[in-house]
Amino acid sequence: MVALVDSFRKMHAELSGIEELVWERLSLIPDPEVPVISILDLGVVRRVHYNGEKLEITITPTYTGCPAMGLFVAEIKAAMHDQGFDHVDIQTVYSPAWTTDWLSPEAKEKLRKYGIAPPVQDAAVDDPFAPPPVVPCPRCDSKNTTLVSQFGATACKSLYTCDECKEPFEYFKHF
Amino acid sequence: MEMQQALFQYCLRLGDTNLILGHRLSEMCSRGPTLEEDIALTNFALDHIGQAEALLKYAGELEGKGRSEDDLSYLRPVDEFLNFRLVEQPNTDFAYVIARQFMVDVFQCLLYQNMQKSSYEMLAGMAARFQKESVYHLRHTSAWVERLGQGTEESHRRIQEAFNTLWKHTPEMLTAKPYEKSLTEQNIIPDTEALAMDWTIQVIRILSKAGLHRPSDTFIDPKTPHTEHLGRLLADMQYLQRTYPGATW
Repeated sequence: MVALVDSFRKMHAELSGIEELVWERLSLIPDPEVPVISILDLGVVRRVHYNGEKLEITITPTYTGCPAMGLFVAEIKAAMHDQGFDHVDIQTVYSPAWTTDWLSPEAKEKLRKYGIAPPVQDAAVDDPFAPPPVVPCPRCDSKNTTLVSQFGATACKSLYTCDECKEPFEYFKHF
Repeated sequence: MEMQQALFQYCLRLGDTNLILGHRLSEMCSRGPTLEEDIALTNFALDHIGQAEALLKYAGELEGKGRSEDDLSYLRPVDEFLNFRLVEQPNTDFAYVIARQFMVDVFQCLLYQNMQKSSYEMLAGMAARFQKESVYHLRHTSAWVERLGQGTEESHRRIQEAFNTLWKHTPEMLTAKPYEKSLTEQNIIPDTEALAMDWTIQVIRILSKAGLHRPSDTFIDPKTPHTEHLGRLLADMQYLQRTYPGATW
């Protein structure tokens, strides 16, 4: 009996070791639209489970209609296939809903350095009639900026312009 | 009617509404009045088509006949579509696009906010996801309603005319279908009648802020079938699958 429990523990340790490797590999997949951050930085991967045969990866969409989601799935599958996983099942869940609060401080700093203003924490997400947030310029850090358009080149970004250094920039919407 | 069947109908109605509105908005691609607005409207289209995909997929599962979200979108005839009549109305001019969108945005914000309390985890989860998108839409369209209403004489006239023309389709959107009753009682879906009250209050508040008046109530019977516009929209949207059945990318 002890031997059985031991071998079960050993197997369990091996499986979670494999899961850790999967997480590590996922951290190398860049976001297709904002390649400075990985899909793990973005927070779309919710769960990894390996049962010895099948690898299950659960993801959640950033925006329901985001065309990058299809690409996420394809890239995850390709990366896992390269790692030797033949059976990869990718599931989509909606709850809990993705939020930019899941972006780590490091990821936000990466965005800023890339020239995209990171989400402003205290922006109101539930009140459609709240004024737009004050977004500091990612280049000169001035708060003297103006919203040009709520919607930008991708679903997750708005367009701003800096009234100080006169540069236009994108804002990763607080969501 | 069995509950699962009722929920299928309900999800189909919400899914179809998003699908048809998404298609209408996609017709605006490259036709927006400015580049930023063109991008905004196509962003809206993406959100609605994304919501349609999720809702129709779920509807297909509830129905249990193996129909996918694509089957439901591309292979049903016009009389089986359950979308709000409002969303199939054409893009007559920019004011119509904004007025139609604004009326739907207010409705969806209220709907998704309340649906998050659903006893069905799937519906509550989708609603939490969609709500955030709808809030961004409403922020955008309510600002446009105000801008057009308070803008020039011409913009005021056009946005008022758009509301006057589209207003007759609101009861159809705001009236609960018979199959909703038991779903509401079991706390699966929000009470459409309660949403209708809040909708009217919010819409009238913003109309008056924009210096616009509430259109007079010249309603058409909510039970009348779709307007002629839906058939033409579907002829376009379904063309590829009808011509080359089963075609894939």
